[in-house]
Amino acid sequence: MNDEIIVNDSELVEPPVVHADRRPSEWLMTIREAWHMRRTKIGVAIFAFIVALAVVGPWIAPYSPTQFVAPPYASPAPPKMWLGSDYIGHDVLTRVFYGGRTVILLSLAATLIGLGLGVSLGLITGYARRWIDESIMRILDVVLAFPQIVLALLFVSILGPRLWLIVLMVGISHAPRIARVARAATLEVAQRDFVRAAEAFGVPRWKILFNEIMPSITSPLLVEFGLRLTYSIGLIAALSFLGFGMQPPAADWGLMINENRLGIIIQPWPVVVPVLLIGVLTIGTNLIADGLGRALIGIERDTGVG
Amino acid sequence: MESATTAGPATTAARDVVLNVEGLRIVLDPSGHDIDDDVSLVIRRGEVLGLVGESASGKTTVATSLLDYQRRGAKIAGGRVEIDGQDVLAMSPAALRGIRGGAISYVPQDSSASLNPALRIGTQLMEILECHGFGASTAEREARLAQMMAEVLLPSDKQFLRRYPHQLSGGQQQRVAIAMAFANRPKVIVLDEPTTALDVTTQAHVLDTVRDLTKSYGVAALYVTHDLAVVSNLADRIAVMYAGRVIESGTRDELFAAGHHPYTRKLLASIPDITGERALRGIPGWAPRPGKRPSGCAFTPRCDWAVDHCREEFPPVEELSPGHRVRCWRSKEVGAQAADLDVHLRDKSLSARETEEKQVISVRDVTAFYQRKEALHGITASLCERRCLALVGESGSGKTTLARCIAGLHPHKIVGDIDFFGKALARDARQRPRATRQAIQYIFQSPYSSLNPRKTIGQILSQPLKVFFQLSHDEMEGRMLKALEQVALDSSLLSRYPDQLSGGERQRVAIARGLAAEPTMLICDEVTSWLDVSVQAAVIELLAALQRDMGLSMLFVTHNLALVRSIAQEVAVMNEGRIVEYGLVDAVLDDPQADYTKKLLSDTPTV
Repeated sequence: MNDEIIVNDSELVEPPVVHADRRPSEWLMTIREAWHMRRTKIGVAIFAFIVALAVVGPWIAPYSPTQFVAPPYASPAPPKMWLGSDYIGHDVLTRVFYGGRTVILLSLAATLIGLGLGVSLGLITGYARRWIDESIMRILDVVLAFPQIVLALLFVSILGPRLWLIVLMVGISHAPRIARVARAATLEVAQRDFVRAAEAFGVPRWKILFNEIMPSITSPLLVEFGLRLTYSIGLIAALSFLGFGMQPPAADWGLMINENRLGIIIQPWPVVVPVLLIGVLTIGTNLIADGLGRALIGIERDTGVG
Repeated sequence: MESATTAGPATTAARDVVLNVEGLRIVLDPSGHDIDDDVSLVIRRGEVLGLVGESASGKTTVATSLLDYQRRGAKIAGGRVEIDGQDVLAMSPAALRGIRGGAISYVPQDSSASLNPALRIGTQLMEILECHGFGASTAEREARLAQMMAEVLLPSDKQFLRRYPHQLSGGQQQRVAIAMAFANRPKVIVLDEPTTALDVTTQAHVLDTVRDLTKSYGVAALYVTHDLAVVSNLADRIAVMYAGRVIESGTRDELFAAGHHPYTRKLLASIPDITGERALRGIPGWAPRPGKRPSGCAFTPRCDWAVDHCREEFPPVEELSPGHRVRCWRSKEVGAQAADLDVHLRDKSLSARETEEKQVISVRDVTAFYQRKEALHGITASLCERRCLALVGESGSGKTTLARCIAGLHPHKIVGDIDFFGKALARDARQRPRATRQAIQYIFQSPYSSLNPRKTIGQILSQPLKVFFQLSHDEMEGRMLKALEQVALDSSLLSRYPDQLSGGERQRVAIARGLAAEPTMLICDEVTSWLDVSVQAAVIELLAALQRDMGLSMLFVTHNLALVRSIAQEVAVMNEGRIVEYGLVDAVLDDPQADYTKKLLSDTPTV
């Protein structure tokens, strides 16, 4: 009896730190921490600006992207044509407004595919170990041996320039890199005793992977997502530039650079503006990934859980 | 002893004082919460002072500040630290570098982390002599190096000195660290729990070394530990810390026989008694962390003697006899009852064997491998219903391997039979029927690793319930609350995360998770080795009560022979993968047959 009173009294000694039902999960904490950094704020501002441009652009564009409004390579003439016309007389500003959607959507899709595939493979190899680990990782090493753009080009040139194929191939080319990060994180978590405890209860393997291990590795994956998104943007734009992405007369930043490169001396804007936008977009995503990475290191240092 | 100190007044005593700490106050840097306050210590030449306290009592912070070193976020806010009359805290950085490792040296808790893994130990030992300019020539330093190695009972031949730290055992590493600390013939040496990570026999060697060296060199030593038993044979004087203050200090005998602070008394009662007469008593609750300390006397919430006055005002230092100081409003009353307070006799009713009991687990001729190496050699043992078998051994003895074989968690090859109620058990827990997985529950060594940090206590407790039972939401909640109640935890914990709990609470949650499965058998793998002695006692008390009241059979794995009597009825002593002695606890401990058991018994520190 006496003991019980004392046990309750000890609550006075150590009041609960957080008494909420739900505490922010680790990835939310990482985002919150990252948000305190200037680099993240700049990155998010850049990313938001370009996404807004791509989303709102078509509504505020002065013309239709396929409408011929002037002679080819006409110089800028505000207020009717802020950036002049392109190689066959489309309005450049209009095509810039329209051309961002595909790059952003395709790179997001490709990154998500890569993430899904890579995380699954990483979890399985990191947890299963032994021959499953060895065989899958060696296969991934083979995929890893090809430069990403070569891998994508290989299949696109065989099967033809189809958008889904580009997205899929860019995603697949990301998978081994993401799998390595996920595997390394899984290896560390899988040797902790709470995984042994779940095994002793007989919890199914897939539940151990997704309920026990996955929540502990989300932060490195968040950083990896930001990084891979940067690469996706570059790759997708490059494939478009090479003519394997969107086909004329569609408006697309990568394609625009290719179409108008011959006239760069007399009318630089249809090349310069898409190049700048793609470049700035990758800088934005990279800054976000960098901020997340730094936040992650900080959180691991402070809480000792990682 | 008291009369001797009274006879020789301050003049002779003061000349001998090497280390003098006065009113030391250390605070957390931005918040200003005190970690330590008003800490005053005196150590004389050739004397060992034991600084004892639970986790978060601020004892390590005091220890490192003697070298004017603070960990990140801590700051010395007042007080003096004098070595031979020189104020350490007022020294320039250059002067500090000169005395660190010279006049005052430090032995850290984990020497494997403090030795440079990329340098040979000979190089590291020479380095400390060179940078303090010991001796006139290399030859002189080499002679000192050989002498140092001999003092810590390590070989000093070229081949040994060319080894890297990882080629040494834990005990050897710790002795190298001690050799380094004594290298420059320091005046003061600070030892921060240097034996916590070591086996008892290794610990006994290290303690002997420390005792001999401090006496023969006349060094003043501060020995920091959470375990009173460790310092009981080593320290001349002991200072007990609680919540950043020294609450009682005096000679070893004064504290052990006539402790005047309730906390000192309770700490003593929580030490496992190897003679088996005294029952183990834990201290409920835990030591409050900086910034969370109550006003008045910080021990009030855990104290049986507390009165209103204790909550209001912190008691002043009271000198009971020269050198014996205490801070407690009711010290006179506590001291008057020192002889009979907290002595509870152990219940020995279960110590006899009843022959007709059913065997829960029977292990016959089991040999287990780790990778290709044989870790267990032909083990035969059994556990009867409602009884507790203790597996005792040092690290590498195979005790955990045996426990994991039984639990189905040993991922390597096993040869031999393991039966559960007469039926053969599958090697891997996954291949066992659900009823078997439910019946055998395993509690892991470290509660810091066995609870998923991303899940609430509720989610953690629901795991076995989801796997083993089909329950509605309300029934589930009811079972979880029942499990928490069984381990004496509050229901409000359900929504908390493991890192919001103390180590003892975490281990209780781990036990509750096992109990939620409604097992017939518990396997406890070193469940108290990560806990403070006071918390360990509470967890052992809990496990013993659960085993008795719920009729559980229990396999209790431990390295601490002193704990065995408090929980088990039978004991198997293991060494190098074999059982060297096996029998009833009282019989084995009273009259050990195997040499190894005798050695283990004599090396286990007792009060």
